[in-house]
Amino acid sequence: MDSDGSHCSIHYPGGFPPSQGLYSPEFEKDACGIGFIANVKGHASHEIIRRGIQILVNLAHRGACGCDPDTGDGAGVLIQIPHAFFLRESARLGFSLPGPGQYGVGMVFFPVDKRSRLVCEGILERIIQEEGLSVLGWRDTPVKADAIGRLARASQPYIQQVFIGDPGGMGQEALERKLYVVMKRAENEVRAVDLKEKEFFYIPSMSARTIVYKGLLLAPQIAEFYRELSDPAVVSALCLVHQRFSTNTFPTWHLAHPFRYICHNGEINTLRGNVNWMQARHKILESDLFGADLEKLMPVVSPGGSDSASLDNAVQLLHLAGRSLPHSMAMLIPEAWSQAPHMHPDKRAFYEYHASLMEPWDGPAAIAFTDGQLIGATLDRNGLRPARYLVTHDEVLIMASEAGVLPVKPEEVRFKGRLQPGRMLLADLAQGRIIPDEEIKQQLWSRHPYTDWLRENQIHLDDLPAPPRWHPTDFDTILVRQRAHGYTDEDLRFILAPMAKGGEEPIGSMGDDTPLACLSDKPRLLFDYFRQLFAQVTNPAIDPIREEMVMSLTSYIGTERNILEETPRHCHTLKLDHPILTNYDLEKLRRVSQGDFLATTLPMLFQAEGGEEELQRAIDGLCRRASWAIRSGYTVLVLSDRGVDPIYAPIPSLLALSAVHHHLIREGTRTQVALIVESGEAREVMHFCLLIGYGASAVNPYLAIETLEHMCRENLLPPELEFEQALKNYKKAINKGLLKVFSKMGISTLQSYRGAQVFEAIGLSRSVVDTYFTGTTSRIEGVGLGVLAREAGLKHAHAFRKLEDCETELPVGGQYQYRIRGEHHLLNPLTISKLQHSVRQSSFETYREYADAINQQNRQLSTLRGLLDFKKADRALSLEDVEPASEIVKRFATGAMSFGSISKEAHETLAVAMNRIGARSNTGEGGEAEERFRPDPNGDSRRSSVKQVASGRFGVTATYLVNADELQIKISQGAKPGEGGQLPGHKIDSIIAKVRHSIPGVPLISPPPHHDIYSIEDLAQLIYDLKNINPGARISVKLVAEVGVGIVAAGVAKAHADVILISGDSGGTGASPLTSIRHAGIPWELGLAETQQVLVLNDLRSRVRLQTDGKLCTGRDVAIAALLGAEEYGFSTAPLITLGCVMMRKCHLNTCPVGIATQDPELRARFSGQPEHLINYLFFVAEELREIMAQMGFRTMNEMIGRVDRLVTRDLSGHWKARGLDLTSILHNPPVPQRVGRRQLIAQDHGLEQALDHQLIDLTRHAVENASAVEVKLPIRNVHRTVGTMLSGEVVRRHGSGGLPEDTIRLQFTGSAGQSFGAFLSRGITLELEGEANDYTGKGLSGGKLVVYPPRQSAFPPEENIIVGNVVLYGATAGEAYFNGMAGERFAVRNSGATAVVESVGDHGCEYMTRGLVLVLGPTGRNFAAGMTGGVAFVLDETGDFRGRNCNRAGVDLEPVEDATDIAAIRRLTEEHLAATGSPRAQWILEHWAEMVPRFVKVFPHEYKRVLGIPQGQATANVGAAPAEIRQVVYG
Amino acid sequence: MGKVTGFLEYGRRTAERRPVAERTRDYFEIYQDLPEEQLRQQGARCMDCGVPFCHSGCPLNNVIPDWNDLVYRGRWQDALRVLHSTNNFPEFTGRACPAPCEAACVLGINAPPVTIKLIEQTIIDRALAEGGLQPQLPEVRTGKRVAIVGSGPAGLAAAQQLNRAGHFVTVFEKSDRIGGLLRYGIPDFKLSKSLIDGRLEQLKAEGIDFQVRAHVGGNVPVKDLREEFDALLLAGGAEQPRNLHVPGRELQGVHFAMDFLTQQNRRIAGDAIPPEESTTATGKRVVILGGGDTGADCLGTCHRQNALSVHQFEILPQPPASRSDQTPWPMWPLQLRTESSHEEGGLREWSVSVTDLTGDEQGRVREVRAVRVGPPPEFTLQAGTEFTLEADLVLLAMGFLGPVRTGLIEELGVRLDPRGNIATGDDYMSSLPGVFAAGDMRRGQSLIVWAIAEGRRAARSIDKWLMGESLLL
Repeated sequence: MDSDGSHCSIHYPGGFPPSQGLYSPEFEKDACGIGFIANVKGHASHEIIRRGIQILVNLAHRGACGCDPDTGDGAGVLIQIPHAFFLRESARLGFSLPGPGQYGVGMVFFPVDKRSRLVCEGILERIIQEEGLSVLGWRDTPVKADAIGRLARASQPYIQQVFIGDPGGMGQEALERKLYVVMKRAENEVRAVDLKEKEFFYIPSMSARTIVYKGLLLAPQIAEFYRELSDPAVVSALCLVHQRFSTNTFPTWHLAHPFRYICHNGEINTLRGNVNWMQARHKILESDLFGADLEKLMPVVSPGGSDSASLDNAVQLLHLAGRSLPHSMAMLIPEAWSQAPHMHPDKRAFYEYHASLMEPWDGPAAIAFTDGQLIGATLDRNGLRPARYLVTHDEVLIMASEAGVLPVKPEEVRFKGRLQPGRMLLADLAQGRIIPDEEIKQQLWSRHPYTDWLRENQIHLDDLPAPPRWHPTDFDTILVRQRAHGYTDEDLRFILAPMAKGGEEPIGSMGDDTPLACLSDKPRLLFDYFRQLFAQVTNPAIDPIREEMVMSLTSYIGTERNILEETPRHCHTLKLDHPILTNYDLEKLRRVSQGDFLATTLPMLFQAEGGEEELQRAIDGLCRRASWAIRSGYTVLVLSDRGVDPIYAPIPSLLALSAVHHHLIREGTRTQVALIVESGEAREVMHFCLLIGYGASAVNPYLAIETLEHMCRENLLPPELEFEQALKNYKKAINKGLLKVFSKMGISTLQSYRGAQVFEAIGLSRSVVDTYFTGTTSRIEGVGLGVLAREAGLKHAHAFRKLEDCETELPVGGQYQYRIRGEHHLLNPLTISKLQHSVRQSSFETYREYADAINQQNRQLSTLRGLLDFKKADRALSLEDVEPASEIVKRFATGAMSFGSISKEAHETLAVAMNRIGARSNTGEGGEAEERFRPDPNGDSRRSSVKQVASGRFGVTATYLVNADELQIKISQGAKPGEGGQLPGHKIDSIIAKVRHSIPGVPLISPPPHHDIYSIEDLAQLIYDLKNINPGARISVKLVAEVGVGIVAAGVAKAHADVILISGDSGGTGASPLTSIRHAGIPWELGLAETQQVLVLNDLRSRVRLQTDGKLCTGRDVAIAALLGAEEYGFSTAPLITLGCVMMRKCHLNTCPVGIATQDPELRARFSGQPEHLINYLFFVAEELREIMAQMGFRTMNEMIGRVDRLVTRDLSGHWKARGLDLTSILHNPPVPQRVGRRQLIAQDHGLEQALDHQLIDLTRHAVENASAVEVKLPIRNVHRTVGTMLSGEVVRRHGSGGLPEDTIRLQFTGSAGQSFGAFLSRGITLELEGEANDYTGKGLSGGKLVVYPPRQSAFPPEENIIVGNVVLYGATAGEAYFNGMAGERFAVRNSGATAVVESVGDHGCEYMTRGLVLVLGPTGRNFAAGMTGGVAFVLDETGDFRGRNCNRAGVDLEPVEDATDIAAIRRLTEEHLAATGSPRAQWILEHWAEMVPRFVKVFPHEYKRVLGIPQGQATANVGAAPAEIRQVVYG
Repeated sequence: MGKVTGFLEYGRRTAERRPVAERTRDYFEIYQDLPEEQLRQQGARCMDCGVPFCHSGCPLNNVIPDWNDLVYRGRWQDALRVLHSTNNFPEFTGRACPAPCEAACVLGINAPPVTIKLIEQTIIDRALAEGGLQPQLPEVRTGKRVAIVGSGPAGLAAAQQLNRAGHFVTVFEKSDRIGGLLRYGIPDFKLSKSLIDGRLEQLKAEGIDFQVRAHVGGNVPVKDLREEFDALLLAGGAEQPRNLHVPGRELQGVHFAMDFLTQQNRRIAGDAIPPEESTTATGKRVVILGGGDTGADCLGTCHRQNALSVHQFEILPQPPASRSDQTPWPMWPLQLRTESSHEEGGLREWSVSVTDLTGDEQGRVREVRAVRVGPPPEFTLQAGTEFTLEADLVLLAMGFLGPVRTGLIEELGVRLDPRGNIATGDDYMSSLPGVFAAGDMRRGQSLIVWAIAEGRRAARSIDKWLMGESLLL
């Protein structure tokens, strides 16, 4: 561990520091390792606890520690109440206990302050008595304080157990409920009193069945700290354990897991919505079991909890109110049912029924749960967390995040498995057996006739009677209304037309350089003040296209009922397949009169003349009318802005909606109605996202629809496009866009997105946000209702002015393209041309004109940094005293731009320029030709010193990785955080294909997430992998600014990144949906400042370097970035401009007229950039910066980093919008002692010295040097991660990508290998493993060979047991792998060249595969071959399930295996598999060869066929006849 | 937008000029129409840039990519609306503008730029051919009165804008016809005067009052205007020509170019020029001093008047054939331009400075004596390069030195800038409250497109000054 104790002395009594600056504890995140062990027969023993703790210790690498190496992020265990032990203890303490199960034990954290503690104890005792229970006695829980870290000690509570009797003999179930009531009351009451250290008070558990021991501990400390856990008298039949990795270092005692019922690995992305809806339901909750007690349980979700704690709260309520634990779990985290045609109809009905009750808690989750008798685990619908388990012959069930956490003799293992997406593992210790998922679910779905209930009660929109009339398009007034709603010409051209034509969201490029809405001089839409949040690091984005099966736009509207009951009326809902209503649909809904459904329309209009007052009055009136409508029995409220006239202007629809939504939540009536928005304002994807995100069930964008018809009529759309088709396309585009935005946040369903408020407001005043957008983040204050009214008023006035012949019908816009009368752009004709002139003429004077035009935002505000000013020194330094520019430029980097997105000429010019001045260029994702790794004859180097590792892993080989000074993991990109991409086949010529290890002409898909980073501990693993392959490179992690990025960054720092890059929202891109370019992410100023503040608060700042980028243009920009905390600075757009870019924003069209963003040889010939141009620019920037440094009195950059105290806000009182802004949160300087570093001072400790590879390198040194064969045998354990990788680095560094001859180095292991076994294994190395391996086996395989088979003594049939984990062979480019057993989800994901044999795979096999060959000798999970564009897979489909339902046939043909080449290939591979692993399955297949051959299916991607010249659907499949180059690609 | 790959598929084509032999026999416009199909292809060459430099290269900020696209798609009416949204008189700029927009066209970085000017001209010509210009009357009248001095492009543009804002506008023109430099400065072969008349009809129908032969500071006292009007806009141009200070300047046959050009335009307009005032080049050896646009206009006029020979002298050195490094894209390029008049004949000489003129005994000019000079700013005389050229007519086209100071300016007592133009703030208001200036009178001699732009901006300022805010663009 790197940081010794002296560095760290910050602690916060309650755990978290208070909110300050840009830090808010609300965004704390965690992830972790989980596990449990149980004796299925229910035999309690101390051994179970001992082994449970052993699991915990072996999961330690999944946890993290902060700045104090002895303080963990939290660990804990949950066990059955050890009655015998407590009996003994009570006797010792002088009180007696009744029989087991007849009393409750509360584990309670108290304040350390004695007076406070006594007050809390008093409150608790009183409540216990008031609830009719009795206090049997108290016991100080003996703890050993010096077993834990200093930080942990500082926040350690006083821990006591309270024993609670049941004098009335109410019975165990009732007692459990009473204990819950006691616990909730105690929490609420203590929260309400004014008491010192009251935040210490927390009840980890209070139950008659289970008890939780947890704390701010490292796994090995737990048994020492809680001394009784080592006491043999403490016994249990089950032990649930958890090791936490929290993103921050303010982890707290009470947020350690397990909670009362669950422990959780993952993240609930929809938390804000879930909590809001829970809150909204309070008034309709009723329970016979709780009766009047129910009220005492409110709020159901306790404030201050994490997502996991909140989920636990919900589980507890549902469970204790009568649902079984599996039932509660299935309701909260349902499997993906709506797109599962093969699911049993009754099961689907069960899920659909519950979907009408409540929205799912959505996000990656592996959840282990227990009530003391049942113990189990479940995975989220997408299976985004790992969970492996095994059962022994002596009935012990062990489940954990990874395999090998406990040593179990091979012969004792009865079965090994993994939890599958949406599935449940359950053991009933009373029944003494493991209950299969199907049986659990069957029990659930047969509880009630859900199918009948749905049939009888559920209404579908299509079933409603046709309305007699509906609004037609009103061509006469359309223009006026468009103007009133702020339509611009660009809305038609760039938004509506592309959607109507192609059914796709419009694409753009080169980022956004327009002012924030709150700085703009133009009236903007309220929508523009919001930014989408997105998942990064702590949870993955989803791929809504390739993994569509988990996504759903379905929603149910209608009055919600008491979720604690189950009646047929509960599913009396109206089902909507998607949220976009046509005028016809809306009219149906407006006239609905079925069952409880009754709709009314409330106008959202205000008198424009009246300004703020009228707006306020109108909103208040609207809220009042909504309340009245509910009281009158209406269940559907249509909020409508139809009726705009010369007097009345529309209230911004989002404002009206959210005002009503939050008003009704506060009133407790929200769940009784559905809110439908009928708005002329909504037109683009972001608008719909916001309306749904703030509670709308559906939206009727009537004006957008009318505009489409008008455009058809006016021939603004292609003549062949009928309006009906245009509308259909538009709806499709919006719906796809919605899914994409949901998925960026890792949310799968519209139901859970609705009301989830996953947005940040920028530039709205606190009062507007608190009143109308309660719970939304808004950190720099901003405009109030007055400005919003004025904006609406300006548009309204414009609308009702006479249209002259000499004006355009709609304003020009200028958001997307520069227009003088449109929105301002930082990069405009003046600045672009001045910049180009300056670098070509080497004129600093001209540069200064450019810089002044950008820097001086007196006339036109543009950026947050433009609002800041420097505090100059009293006496300026002379310029000579300031660090030279040649040193400063070494801190500069160019942004990641891949070869492929830009031309070879541009890409290499960037590298040459940066190398000449000792700065860094970034290769981007897309590989790099090996010839560039050697210097040119003139001494220039075209090698990019930063190599990027992105989700597609294109060209990421061992050789690529070792030829780098920095490896950058791109988590997100400013222009499109959370999104993947696609490089169309026509752009992939043979050169690009070569460096990307793909096939020319075959399209390449970058998945939205890194499939090996679904959470923070996964990132730590990837960092470790990269550090292993290239120990000399620093590892950088690129994040995009959003609220909470600082907390994510703290986690990244703890995951041992050396550099963290905070990208702003405005960064460029080669191609991205316009929605993302404009509406996702926030300015880097906010993200960087937040990151600096949080890292300093955590004392993590001194371990990492911070870099920032996002339209940095001038030395002044750099100075601001430095003062806000960045040490390094990235530039992309400006360097491209110096090389000739003129911001065409046509990168995605391959028509760049200056030869930069194009592969067209004719256009590339027009490239005229020179390295000198870029070098001039960077030196100019440095010179400008030096002038600022001299004025401020800084001699060196280091003195300047993080000196936020030297920034002030400019006077903004003159600007009608910006005057409301308050940047003090950006300028906040955390009050920590001087010794806490504010810039990077010490190196990260990557823990590489513990790597097994050191030993391997020693043992094989001779072989590596002389290419002589060697064999080594070694045991291996799950704590040995990334084995073989450092050795591979040695091999390719010495021998290049050709590596060593096959099998030169043979390493034979026995045991359970840790994660990333054989990652980036290079040619010539063979790893053979007898045992099993975990996730990421063979990641990035680079020519090596992997063989894994079960222990020879195992009794189970290998093909039915799990042998390797999830995401195996991710991004492999070459090599072979033989797995004698089943693999987990996403086998061979993004394989681009490896050959693999496996006996069964989980869901999403061969996803995004572009090259290579995979042979599956058994069944597969669902969604096989999704996004597969190249390579071939053969699957032995004995049951027909593969053909029938498991293969995603959208992009592949399934063909019989008839071709001799194919048959021979399969046979050869099967034989090799047998030879390598001794697979009985292979043996059997070969013995039954003739019968088996017809059962093989060939999976042949359409795109691949296309480049081979085979027509799609035609099963010729004669690859043997294909060109050798491409054939070889398949068969190696 | 447009055609994504249009710029790769189609080459630049401009309208063809009529054959020299034909066109020098008349005063009709020299360009022929480009067939519609070809013109639309030219529209397709527009790359619809993310940052359209043309749009800021144009002083009027014409929204060029938008109408290029509309033309490509054949939506002429919409194109006209977009064009008129920034430019009151595209029929003038479409003909008599050197097109800085094309110099700034992004395609021009490494290929021939889009034919923006031709597209502009075609849009308005089609509209004129298809039914002319409809007047646009203001919905409400403000009751405010604005006087505009001068009816050139700046004055007219301001008049139209202010009238549309609802003010009563009176335009005072000292000459007998409305149009200023458009009317009498630009030869008919470059701008047919019927276009001015067509536009005037619209302006009059819109309610603008035109007073001709009303010389403010001459026969119209400035004081009256100050009393009768709420605001005054000075748009009288920069009519003070640069004189030649050499021996012999007083000889007969030495004329200011503008006098010469005006006469010809009057002739074409049907005015009878008294023989004693008439100056023509017919049968004469002509020397034009000055290599700019006015010089070129004189040249074309001389060809049409059948001069015996024409020489054009320019004091500056010959510019490079293509864009000079000193004026990189998107700046207005320093480069050799060959106008239609040059194509028609005559000899151009560079780096020539006239030292004196000699005359015959009747006091008529006989010879021009000149010498080669070095580059600016010194213009060092090159010894031994003196030469003499016989000349019967010498036309002085050496630019203008700002507005005429006598009369109006003196009477008003308005402050001038160091160059002798009327000094204003960013709001176009002079040192006198309520008195504004625009066009050449404010910025010195310049382009028509600048005059229109200034007129529009001044109108906006006046409107704002009168009303507190302005919706004018």
